[in-house]
Amino acid sequence: MSMGAEQALAAEGLTLSWDGQTLVTRDVSLEVAAGQVVCLVGKSGCGKTTILHALAGLTTPVAGRVLLHGKDVTGKPGSVSYMLQKDLLLPHLTIMDNACLPLVIAGRSKEEARAQAAPLFARFGLEGTERSWPSQLSGGMRQRAAFMRTYLMGNDVVLLDEPFSALDAITRGEMRSWYCQMSHELGLASVVITHDVDEAVLMADRIYVLVGAPAAGVPTTVGTVVTPERPAAGDFSLTEEYLVAKRAVLAALDR
Amino acid sequence: MKALESEHISSTHARQPSRLRRVVVPVVALAALLAVWELACDTGLVPAFMLPSPLSVARSLFADLSLIAQHSLTTLVEAAYGLVIGVLVGFVFALLMDRFETFYLAFEPLMTVSQTIPTIAIAPLLVLWFGYGLAPKVVLIVLTTFFPVTVSLVSGFRSVDPDMVDLMRTMGASRLQIFRYVKLPAAAEQLFSGLRISATYAIVGAVIAEWLGGTSGLGVYMTRVRKSFSYDKMFASILVISGLSLALMRLVDLLEHVTMPWKRAERSKNHD
Repeated sequence: MSMGAEQALAAEGLTLSWDGQTLVTRDVSLEVAAGQVVCLVGKSGCGKTTILHALAGLTTPVAGRVLLHGKDVTGKPGSVSYMLQKDLLLPHLTIMDNACLPLVIAGRSKEEARAQAAPLFARFGLEGTERSWPSQLSGGMRQRAAFMRTYLMGNDVVLLDEPFSALDAITRGEMRSWYCQMSHELGLASVVITHDVDEAVLMADRIYVLVGAPAAGVPTTVGTVVTPERPAAGDFSLTEEYLVAKRAVLAALDR
Repeated sequence: MKALESEHISSTHARQPSRLRRVVVPVVALAALLAVWELACDTGLVPAFMLPSPLSVARSLFADLSLIAQHSLTTLVEAAYGLVIGVLVGFVFALLMDRFETFYLAFEPLMTVSQTIPTIAIAPLLVLWFGYGLAPKVVLIVLTTFFPVTVSLVSGFRSVDPDMVDLMRTMGASRLQIFRYVKLPAAAEQLFSGLRISATYAIVGAVIAEWLGGTSGLGVYMTRVRKSFSYDKMFASILVISGLSLALMRLVDLLEHVTMPWKRAERSKNHD
């Protein structure tokens, strides 16, 4: 498989295991470029989160490697940003200090970190929440705060594990379009796990449909790669192209 | 889901008794109980040598106030030393148990068993080993107070969401940073519940140790008034012991209030 130099993150032939014996995935390859969003879609239990852990360097694969801008980062955490469905804001820190956490961890002074985070509050729709505690914010705002913290990790590759699924339907839709626009503007490369086919088709430049059942002894592989054709204008979700992509994903999932 | 939960919480809060009722009802109950007690003593229903009346207890408390205050000071100093050392020991144990699984496996059962030993039985031994001074009291208090701290801290450390630890690792956090930003704050709430128990143990432990051998302190005072059959003074010292324990617990509450400002925000939100 050829890797273009423009790829921000690439996984090559990832074979993963939970315990060193049962294989979770076999030979999974994927790539994402700057400004792009790719989605991983698959049934629950197929090992989506395990793949993300491997991309984040939290687990070392049995075989295969993870390349960040062409550099091998397999099994090394700290070079890509990671965000979960749970906002995981620390309850004892204000929103400001939660957002600053990655900077402080990296050794920056508190003042320096705050100065860097302060101008971002407007962009993330969080003006006025600097001194609030996470428990005082709504679910959507907490999630935006978590995005801001993720952004301040300073990496141009972001891994998102079902980032919107804890939110209500309306907030989810808003957050989704907000994220796509913002990540495009900032030139982030995003890998998003979702169990929601519509969400994948709406967001993704490329969808990796994962098939397999590791618990039943069938390691997960990439079944199909679907590339939705997005028209330049109009409501994408009402177009024929949208349905074509959705049908392709659903067909691949059912196979 | 989240929204539903918080609505549920606030609706149960709405059904809770008002602040006024929460103060008035127990105060009235206590006053009624004291009145019945006083009446039973005054009418001769219960002979005075068996049970002193509340008023006679109050009188002897004020009559002996300076003496009781002196003894209380001794008890408080012992309790303070014991509690501080006990909390430190409890902290060290909890850190080791959290960091080294072998240490946890080795000492967890032993520690639990150590807490089943009645303090009243080891106190005379401690007097034998350390004499009649401060040392045996402090050792006894350390033995009883470190345990709640260790247990609450260990369970607090273990309550941390492993995903949070993973997230910290993706930020490149060191073990110490994970401890400082995630584990310690997560354990804080449980630490304070443990600390509240330890605080009451500290006063009671000091009194028991004094009772079994000493020259000053509320325990010593109690053995003396017992020998002279002044049960009104005995009750007065019980009152003081309760008061000291409550005061110490309030101090822990205050400490919690000051060190955990985010808890206040959560609470006030639930009361909306």
